Order: sequence, then C-alpha cells, then structure tokens
Amino acid sequence: MDFIIAKYNYWIYIILMMIGFYAMIVKNNLAKKVVGMNIFQTALILLFISTGVKTGGATVPIVIGDAHGHAIPGTLHAIDYINPLPHVLMLTAIVVMVATFGVALALLIMIFKRYKTIEEDEILEIRRKEAFT
Amino acid sequence: MIWQFDLILLTLVVICAVAAITVKDLLSSAIVLGAYSFLMCLIWTGMGAVDVAFTEATVGAGVSTVFFVAAIYHTTRRTKD
Repeated sequence: MDFIIAKYNYWIYIILMMIGFYAMIVKNNLAKKVVGMNIFQTALILLFISTGVKTGGATVPIVIGDAHGHAIPGTLHAIDYINPLPHVLMLTAIVVMVATFGVALALLIMIFKRYKTIEEDEILEIRRKEAFT
Repeated sequence: MIWQFDLILLTLVVICAVAAITVKDLLSSAIVLGAYSFLMCLIWTGMGAVDVAFTEATVGAGVSTVFFVAAIYHTTRRTKD
C-alpha cells in the first residue's frame, strides 16, 4: 500500500498510457486513433518528468550569481536541484509529438479527400468493392 | 510538489483523457484534448519542469488544437464511436 501511494505519478502514467493504447487499437475513427497516439506520447513524457523529481526542498536548476555574473563561492550540491536531463530530452519529445500530430492530420485530410469518410470499417468496405470492379 | 494539488490535477487529467476518446463529436474531442494538454502542463510546472511546461502550453495545447480544428474543418465532425 505504501508503495502505491509513494509512486502515484507512475500509476497515473500507466493508466493514461493504457487509455491511449486502447484508443489506438479499438477505436474505428481515424481521428480518435490520432488522439489516442497523442495521449500515449504525453503519458510517456509524464513518466520521464517524474523521474527527475527530488523530494526534500529541491528547486529548479538555476544557479544565481552576483551582479557581475560571477558565481557565488561555495560548493553546489546536486541534491539541492531537480535533475534537468529528462527535461531536456522531453523538450525534444514534445516537438516530435507535434510534428507527428501534424503529419497524421495531413494524412487524415488526404484520406478524407479520397474516400469521403474517416471511419476505418467504411474505408475497408470501399476498398473491397473497388478490388472487385 | 504539493501532493493535494497534484492528486486533483492527475484525476482531472485521467477524466479528460477518457472524455477525449469517448465523446461523440470530433470538435469536442479537440477542445477536451487541449484542456488535457493544459492540465498536463500545470502538473509539470508543479514538478519544477518549467521549460517543458511552457513548451507544452504553447505547442501542445495551442498549436495542436489549432491543427486539429483546421483538420476537422477540412474533413468531418461526424464519428461513430
């Protein structure tokens, strides 16, 4: 029980990822599949951001210098700052996510122009009829 | 990270994710997905990842929603599931 409460972010991430996966596999509408893909990617980003969190008074990794830009003398401890490596990686992942989303929607528009529908079963029906003629 | 605030936001995120894939209108789905992205951005701000949070707020909640609404305008709002 203690394990579940301590890591609640990770459980929410698993739930969100399964919601997105369900939408990608089960939903018949192609736009709903794209929404599911977006939720899946956002859940994965939530996982990586959660790994960077430190409890016990850790803040954002900004070192404040004096007026001339010189660093304040003394030792910096990594335990005082949140791990910035997953943040940088996930910044790239967000940009890739939006690029993927844009390409998927462009394909969606092309599919609609060709078949006049974005339901997967109706598209398969049209393709089956075209194969016979 | 304030855990009460965090727990409320995580619950709302799951509700928004379920609503975005179950709603019967694609325009509503686009708006709910925008709300989902913005709530996610608030969670990341709480975790101290402010750079990721404002990228998500501009690109995820802003540009994605505009793209999706434009795509729906060129196609159809109708959905069966």
